[in-house]
Amino acid sequence: MPGTASLRDKHSPMNEARQIWYRGSVCRVFIAAMLASGLCAACSGSAQASFLAPGGPIAAQEGNLFYWVIGLMMIVLIPVFVLVPWFAWRYRRSNSRSEYRPGWDFSWPLEFLIWGVPVLLLLGLAFLIWPNTVRLDPYKPVDGTTPMEVQVVGLDWKWLFIYPELNIATVKEMAFPMERQVHFAITSDTVMQSFFIPTLGSQVYAMAGMVTQLHLKADRAGTFKGENNQFNGMGFQDQKFAAIALPASNFKDWVRKVRELGRPLDENGYKALEERTTVKAPVYFSSVEPGLFRKIVQKYALGNRQPLASRPDRQEARR
Amino acid sequence: MVDSTWWHLLFGNLSAGALPFYSPIATGAAALVVAGAIGVVLLLNWFGGWKWLWTEWLTSVDHKKIGIVFVAIALVMFSRAVIEAIMMRLQQAMGFDSPGYLPPDHFSQLFTTHGTIMVFFMAMPFLTGLINYVMPLQIGTRDLSFPVMNSVSLALTAAGAALMMVSLDLGKFSTGGWSGYPPYTELSYNPGVGPDYWIWAVTLSSISSTMTGINFAVTIYKKRCPGMHFLRMPLFTWTALATSIMMIFAMPPLTVATLLLACDRYLGMHFFTNSGAGNMMNFVNLFWLFGHPEVYILILPPFGVYSELFSTFSAKRLYGYLSLVYATAAIAFISFMVWVHHYFTMGQSADINAVFGIATVAVGVPTGVKIYDWMLTMYRGRVRFSVPMLWSLAFAITFVIGGLTGVLLATPPVDYVVHNTLFLVAHFHNMIIPGTLFGMLAGYHFWFPKATGFRLHEGWGRFIVFCFVIGFYLAFFPLYAMGLEGMPRRTQEYYDPAYYPWAIVAMVGAGFIFLGLLGLLTQLVVSILNRDKLACHIGDPWNGRSLEWSVSAPPPEYNFAVLPRVEGRDSFTAAKAVDIAYRRPTRYEAIEMPKNSAVGPLIAFASFSCAFGLVWHIWWMASGGFVMAWLVVIARSFVRDTRKVISATEVERIEKRWLREVALTRPVSRDDEFTCANKGLAETTE
Repeated sequence: MPGTASLRDKHSPMNEARQIWYRGSVCRVFIAAMLASGLCAACSGSAQASFLAPGGPIAAQEGNLFYWVIGLMMIVLIPVFVLVPWFAWRYRRSNSRSEYRPGWDFSWPLEFLIWGVPVLLLLGLAFLIWPNTVRLDPYKPVDGTTPMEVQVVGLDWKWLFIYPELNIATVKEMAFPMERQVHFAITSDTVMQSFFIPTLGSQVYAMAGMVTQLHLKADRAGTFKGENNQFNGMGFQDQKFAAIALPASNFKDWVRKVRELGRPLDENGYKALEERTTVKAPVYFSSVEPGLFRKIVQKYALGNRQPLASRPDRQEARR
Repeated sequence: MVDSTWWHLLFGNLSAGALPFYSPIATGAAALVVAGAIGVVLLLNWFGGWKWLWTEWLTSVDHKKIGIVFVAIALVMFSRAVIEAIMMRLQQAMGFDSPGYLPPDHFSQLFTTHGTIMVFFMAMPFLTGLINYVMPLQIGTRDLSFPVMNSVSLALTAAGAALMMVSLDLGKFSTGGWSGYPPYTELSYNPGVGPDYWIWAVTLSSISSTMTGINFAVTIYKKRCPGMHFLRMPLFTWTALATSIMMIFAMPPLTVATLLLACDRYLGMHFFTNSGAGNMMNFVNLFWLFGHPEVYILILPPFGVYSELFSTFSAKRLYGYLSLVYATAAIAFISFMVWVHHYFTMGQSADINAVFGIATVAVGVPTGVKIYDWMLTMYRGRVRFSVPMLWSLAFAITFVIGGLTGVLLATPPVDYVVHNTLFLVAHFHNMIIPGTLFGMLAGYHFWFPKATGFRLHEGWGRFIVFCFVIGFYLAFFPLYAMGLEGMPRRTQEYYDPAYYPWAIVAMVGAGFIFLGLLGLLTQLVVSILNRDKLACHIGDPWNGRSLEWSVSAPPPEYNFAVLPRVEGRDSFTAAKAVDIAYRRPTRYEAIEMPKNSAVGPLIAFASFSCAFGLVWHIWWMASGGFVMAWLVVIARSFVRDTRKVISATEVERIEKRWLREVALTRPVSRDDEFTCANKGLAETTE
């Protein structure tokens, strides 16, 4: 072929440079991967609003599980990080010293290894996942004590917190006593949302006509970020609230403050909340219309009608 | 009053308010679409290309041309969706305690179109196009089993893509995300045309993919050449088979879900509404019944591509062929049993979550096996670091990190704290970018010379790899950190200073990805300009191993003058080893091929009209389009003359010319693979 020799010689400086570039690119990918994951871990360790800087037992256990899974997965990941660049480099075409066996395509021992190890790892993970999923079920109480009740209503674009035992309600701010578990009953009076306080742990969806449940507990005082995690429209980014864990006495003060500053949450008050707006500052309600939460749920329960059992005519008939 | 009635009859809900003058950015984007369309029309006029376009491309039922058009659509839509991604990154870089430059209304349209396009109009057409082009060549056949149906599949995807583009000019797109969860997308919360655009674009795409799946599966079952047993098929064909079976089962639930949502929106029904005993959980179930297999539909064909690449560029037989086949089948099977992991936080019992979590981790087993198989393919090979191989290496390392975060998300208690955060966004981009996108771009580089007769520019190829790999790490690793700090996905503005530095880094990464996109375009232009230097008409530029490399580049319309007979795996390598490749057959015979058909373009027009009419409630257009589409199908069933014959002398003429060229070409060693000496004839000694 005329001109071939002049095109590129195998040992030309050009070719050398190219080889170095190749080596560079493979290593660079690897280094970037390592760096990035390192950075990621470093950052999350110092994170404020994260289950990795836990504010309670649920988040702490979830954080442990997080590291356990990463640790176990390293059994299959580290060989890939090491062997892929190593094999690629060791068996590069220009390395004439390495062995070349183009017909070699199977080995029983290796086959056992590459299927066996992941299967064992799967078993290990299964034993890790199942009990922990049961233990950390959001519906399961954190401990044996009586929880404080909070009813959560997802609205566009704010959360309404009703304290049925205290007969108060708030928006944008939710205080609770620390070192006592809180039971959240969650619903939505609009589209689907997701109720989440990252520092305390699990999130659960809020859906109209349905009540989901969540148990959380704070074991230190603090103001944690609370949010909606499921996009629900133009005010989504502002649907945050302050979740404030307080020592028991301070919590009492807070309740008093709500009662003093608030006004009653009646039908008109609720109508105003239903409007699709964002709320900038906390809103307090000194009393709540009885059965409001159930009313909100039942609005959707059977197609805009009340469930049969609670309809007056049905009760009439039974009597 | 009369005026408005007439207007409504003719134009439905269309009005001046639908024009994109609500923001300069929207106006600019719309102008770009219009300018692009006018530009194409002018170019076609200038070169007198209308007839060429009609006879060579639009009405062609050749699987190769349909494959190329699929890939072209994918690349155009990819450009748009990448630009949208960069706009979103820019917004988040500016959005710390500030409204930024995109109002929530615009931002949410962007994440919806970005996701919808990337899944339905980038990834799906790309892999459909590659399979379309390569699979029939790999199994030694001349066309798909249903060539006209293939062109109808293309028509429906094209109509859906066109609808996506039109949505930039008329009205606003949905703001409900690519998964379009009701009740948010129901009439009572979103009365505009946005969700309707989404419904009909996705419906068209899903019907197209169902038909594609049927077509591919039947072709692989029925049209393999003599000797091509299942366990001799190249791995790419195996993954194509698994993918098409998955398409057949996974796409209909999506069609059903979107049509039921349409019933709610158009006919006042109550499948997923809050009121009237509707239940949005049913939508979520149906959607992910499609959506989870879907992500494996997206990942399996690239796995096939990587299998070909590791073997070809290590100049070695694929390690663990059977292992890879079983792993492919296992992934396809298990992927139908994991869908609940998309909503662990919906409040079902812990046991259900645990079962689906463990099933999800189980998918990782065959996937991990594959990575190790590819690694062992390099072992004792002779690895050449060409562009496709660089993609593959970057993939292997990056993808396992995505696998790790996938297992984290599959652990329900961990999912409870990272679900719906940017951690999730980082995870699925970490699977789909190295997996699907790198794989598709690697396949594009690998098979481009086969489709066009010239190679893509290698240097620009490396530039693209560099930009996308660095860009990926910079753009998505910060998202893991932001997600762990509880930043919800789809956030237009935020108030937590912790996110800010990460958002800036991610923006820089997005910049690299944009450079990669520009590189992709430049590479194409540079390669076309240098097509004579890069020509490899003989058809085997990479010392390929399977049948598609045994024919000229581009292959003749009939693919194989004589259908090949296969004796084992890697049949072309075997043929080259014993020097029986490029043999002149004893006798040429006339070949029967399907005739061109106008069914495809007519259905594209009809289905687009139907969908557009439905979006804007232009009932004459919607019903007209619907009726027309079915009339075309019925009319086609009366056409008897559907085959044409390519005479033996014509076949002989084409083949002889090519074989003469083969005889005159000097085979190149792999050292000269990237030089002008590589005319597509490989030296067989390694």
